Amino acid sequence: MTAPSYIHAFGAHLPERVVTNAELATLLSCTAEWIESVSGIRERRWAGEETVADLATAAARDCLRKSGVDASQVGLLIVSSGSAERRFPGPASTVASALGLNQTPVLDLPIASAGSIFGLSLASRLASAYGDVLVIAAEKMSAVIQSATLDQNTAILFGDGAGAALVSSRPGRLEVLDSVLHTDGAYRDDLTLDWGSPLRMNGLTVILQAARKLPTVIGEVLKRQNIEAKDVTQFVMHQANQNLIVRVAKALGVDAALMFSNVSMYGNTSSASMLIAASEWEPSPGPVVFAGFGAGFNWGALVARSV
Amino acid sequence: MRDRLLKVLNKVTTEPLNIGDEDSLFESGLLDSFALPDLVSGLEEEFSFKVPDSDLNPRKFDSIARIESYLSEHAKV
Repeated sequence: MTAPSYIHAFGAHLPERVVTNAELATLLSCTAEWIESVSGIRERRWAGEETVADLATAAARDCLRKSGVDASQVGLLIVSSGSAERRFPGPASTVASALGLNQTPVLDLPIASAGSIFGLSLASRLASAYGDVLVIAAEKMSAVIQSATLDQNTAILFGDGAGAALVSSRPGRLEVLDSVLHTDGAYRDDLTLDWGSPLRMNGLTVILQAARKLPTVIGEVLKRQNIEAKDVTQFVMHQANQNLIVRVAKALGVDAALMFSNVSMYGNTSSASMLIAASEWEPSPGPVVFAGFGAGFNWGALVARSV
Repeated sequence: MRDRLLKVLNKVTTEPLNIGDEDSLFESGLLDSFALPDLVSGLEEEFSFKVPDSDLNPRKFDSIARIESYLSEHAKV
């Protein structure tokens, strides 16, 4: 790492409407039990009128409140979303405006599920130049899955929500020790969302690659810091699917209980999931690992420790 | 090699193997997206080799015949 950076707080916003497996099962000609068995998901949230920027702004405000930081102090705003309503500008400029920022630079990351880990890693490296960096990830996946006839393979998985983190060079709650990001465009067609088309996912390839690349990149960042996986006190990952989370734990040789999980309550909220999970996680002494994987394929991991 | 391959497959499939060598393990429902990583790691353990990320293509593991072919080229059998 270059200059030290710190995560001061996380925040989140979840829409009020709860969509249970039972409700989805009636639409998809399957059972609620089957949905839970293949995904570990019991329910998810669907936004109604709220836009991606609305979700993002609410999570940003929650994070700023927990940080004790006024929006005017933010030096850079990074917003990740793969489900934004417009091709451009992305939601970052709308969020900045809603927060009352009219000079602060913003950056959109339209890379879907790995957006949180990319945003967090970039923020940790840019904080020394920009000051406080507010990272937000927001997704309205309900609009994506309802844009065409509901597909059983994807409709059961996704939910809406937003998460946020404030990263700064000022000492704070968690010190970022290191991070690693990777992209392999050979798999760019295995998980896609084109304008006007339904989400397409080659689930076999996505899971096969994620099950390999997530433990590998976690091992890579830990090795750079001479930390053993067994010494990590918590793993906070992209909440894609409980079955995947458990397999990553097995590959790392750690107890699955160390993998923070709230996927049963919110489903896969794509890029938002890791920061939503982080906002519900209670830090404990020792190293914590954040990790994500998604379309592209993009993947990465970040290790931090409580201060 | 075949016996060892079938032993790994029987561990990761939810139902007894009753399928032709060329039949798709995925289309038959014997393997799903989460059993596939278990199959690959089971093969790596059984045959003491590492499948490189670039070979993590579901088509290479779609049938008993394809897995046998892959193992004969890459594994210690």
